[in-house]
Amino acid sequence: MKSLHRIPTWVQALIFFLVVGVVVQMAFAQGWLSEYWQQILMAGTILAVSALGLNLKYGYGGLFAIGHAAFYGIGAYASALVTKDWTTQWSGSPVGGLAGLLGIEAGFIAAAVVISLLDIGHRRRRLRERLEELVSPFEASVLTTTLTILVAGVILVVVGGGVGWLVRRAVLAVGPSLFGVLPEAIAQQVVFLVALIAGAILAALVGFVVGLPLLNLTYDYLCIATLGFGIITYVFFNNADQLIPTMKGARGMVAIPRLTTWPWVLGVFAVAIIVMRNFIYSSTGRAILAVRDDLTAADTMGINSYQYKVLAYTVGCAYAGLAGGLYAHLYAFLHPSNFTWLKSIDPFVMVVFGGVGSMTGTTMGAYVFVTLLEGLRVLPAELIDWRYVIYPLILLFVMLFRPQGIMGTSELGFLKRPKAAAEEPEKVSASEKATSESTASGSEG
Amino acid sequence: MDNKVIKLLLRALAWGILALVAGVVVRLVGGVIIDSPVTFVQQMLNGLQLGFMYAMIAVGYTLVYGVVKLINFAYGDIFMVGAFVSFFGITQYGFSFVPALLLATVACIFLAVIIDRVAYKPLREAPRIAALITALGMSIFLEYFTALKFVFSPDYIAFERPFELVSWEVGGIRFTNIQLIVAGVSILYFLGVQYIVGRTKIGKAMRASAFDKPTAQLMGINVNAVIGATFALTGALAGTAAMLYATAYPQIFTFMGLQPGLKAFVAAVIGGIGSIPGAFVGSLIMGFTEAMTVGFVPYGSTLKDGVAFILLIAMLLIRPTGIFGDPFEEIK
Repeated sequence: MKSLHRIPTWVQALIFFLVVGVVVQMAFAQGWLSEYWQQILMAGTILAVSALGLNLKYGYGGLFAIGHAAFYGIGAYASALVTKDWTTQWSGSPVGGLAGLLGIEAGFIAAAVVISLLDIGHRRRRLRERLEELVSPFEASVLTTTLTILVAGVILVVVGGGVGWLVRRAVLAVGPSLFGVLPEAIAQQVVFLVALIAGAILAALVGFVVGLPLLNLTYDYLCIATLGFGIITYVFFNNADQLIPTMKGARGMVAIPRLTTWPWVLGVFAVAIIVMRNFIYSSTGRAILAVRDDLTAADTMGINSYQYKVLAYTVGCAYAGLAGGLYAHLYAFLHPSNFTWLKSIDPFVMVVFGGVGSMTGTTMGAYVFVTLLEGLRVLPAELIDWRYVIYPLILLFVMLFRPQGIMGTSELGFLKRPKAAAEEPEKVSASEKATSESTASGSEG
Repeated sequence: MDNKVIKLLLRALAWGILALVAGVVVRLVGGVIIDSPVTFVQQMLNGLQLGFMYAMIAVGYTLVYGVVKLINFAYGDIFMVGAFVSFFGITQYGFSFVPALLLATVACIFLAVIIDRVAYKPLREAPRIAALITALGMSIFLEYFTALKFVFSPDYIAFERPFELVSWEVGGIRFTNIQLIVAGVSILYFLGVQYIVGRTKIGKAMRASAFDKPTAQLMGINVNAVIGATFALTGALAGTAAMLYATAYPQIFTFMGLQPGLKAFVAAVIGGIGSIPGAFVGSLIMGFTEAMTVGFVPYGSTLKDGVAFILLIAMLLIRPTGIFGDPFEEIK
């Protein structure tokens, strides 16, 4: 009955974010924090959102994937294209960018839904089995692969293209009048919100499409393959002006409206962390943890491990895209060099330093990282270059002396595992805990 | 319809599809060769030069992966240190080619062994991901640490070639003495590594450790010493490759190890990680693809990194174990 006396977690979270938001906003308004430190605080919070995504992939999902910066970049560029179009109308219509982006996303989702409804993977396997009775396995695989590519291609072009075109036309037709009703300032904020969400969805879609084949690989190969994807994306960003001139490729995209403000950053962070908390303590979240802890055991318990890996990866990518959108509108300038694979290591350092599989730790890690990197600017000029020497050293020392990170897997405040879900006695060793978790989620699913 | 007819039709269809794909590929490649045979051969030579260089690095990756199951991310940076050491040997002490090459080789052997002792050895029993992250950290540390002003330099430095560049022209195709040296040294090293791993006692110990560490230990093999020897061997490869690389592409900077390192690793994966001939063949494919992209694809010089990794992802999807299998099984 102890839990009755406690304050409900949602009230705790509300109070926490209100207090933090108001205090920091006051600090900004009163000028207690310089413009420079305001930006750093916002950058730290944005990085925390991105690192939370990586924590889902690596900390909770156990997927050693290092292409996070690519998805950060996809979200950043996509949302920047939408809002920039709203102000400059380079495509001829204020909602041109939005219409294009939503069209692509709707088309992809429609095609993916149709492909999964038709159960193509399963049909392909059955066809292959039947063909193998007639011809050699190699010939059978050639035939089924060709057929699958053809069918999927036709669905993508017909369904995806059709739905995408319809959505694009609809947004182009309705968008201007819909936003025209609102006052200019509010309309811009609404567009910004839609752009952020659309950017996150695009990152998730790309993550999904990339993850589908790659998540069959185990971690060394997954690491190299995702790293490769990161480099391909970087090359794409560098040459993107061939495709979309406003992205400016290697020259860097400029004049993105500065829309990221403290309320936006904190709001997104609050939503992100609360969604992550509820997600990871749900039965789906427990299944993801079970897959991380013991893939074979999870499979035996009837958890479709591959499906949960793809889910964790996709949601993680969405977080990166969301953070990328905020980032683009904070600095108003995007350059491909901000999304190289070396930048994928930054969120890694945060997660590893703060605590692998801890939201509190990851957030802390993000702030420590940003503060350290920027705080060390006060060093005398000849020592400034040491900043980037120190941060891999932190990574090395953490790995050698505390591989689970500062926080380990523990959480603070409202991020703690709810009591009802943690029925097992307090003092259970980690391995036993994992087994009981996988058993619990297995029997539910 | 008769079952036999259906069977025949299906087989014909399958091979028809394959023939179609092969025909398109041959048409594309053939068209290129017919249109500009001189450029093609020239690019092929460039690709081979690059490939032989990658091969030395890739063999290093594959050896370490075979024995300790670790992607030694810091390997590209050991390579970079080798290039800088040979640069200092040449400019500060007036070394000629061979002493500079030896200096770089010895320096890299020491560096590789020290990195293993300091960073990887304490994590031998830890989860493999911990060692992988440590390797990444080590790589970034080496890059930024050597970029400090009092260590090496944050700038791009022009590398002084220790010997004159001589080139011959045969029918419009340019050969250089560097290409010959690179190919020769690379093949020598390849044969040397094959010999060490396949025919010597330490090689036998390496194979045993790669196959089953606990059992190898029980058989009286000092596994840590064997791993040290493996790292030393890879260090020698990196040092020599670095000197040759800097001579062929005479510009050095502290991030120079990043791209060749990654691509050599990709080459090793394509060839079959853990396989020495695989690393060699994979590297040649890699160098060839890159040179062809630069030569014949529009905007090729900016796209070449992307193409290299598209090759990797395609390979991982079709055949994750690469072209060749496990080397420590094959070389008996």
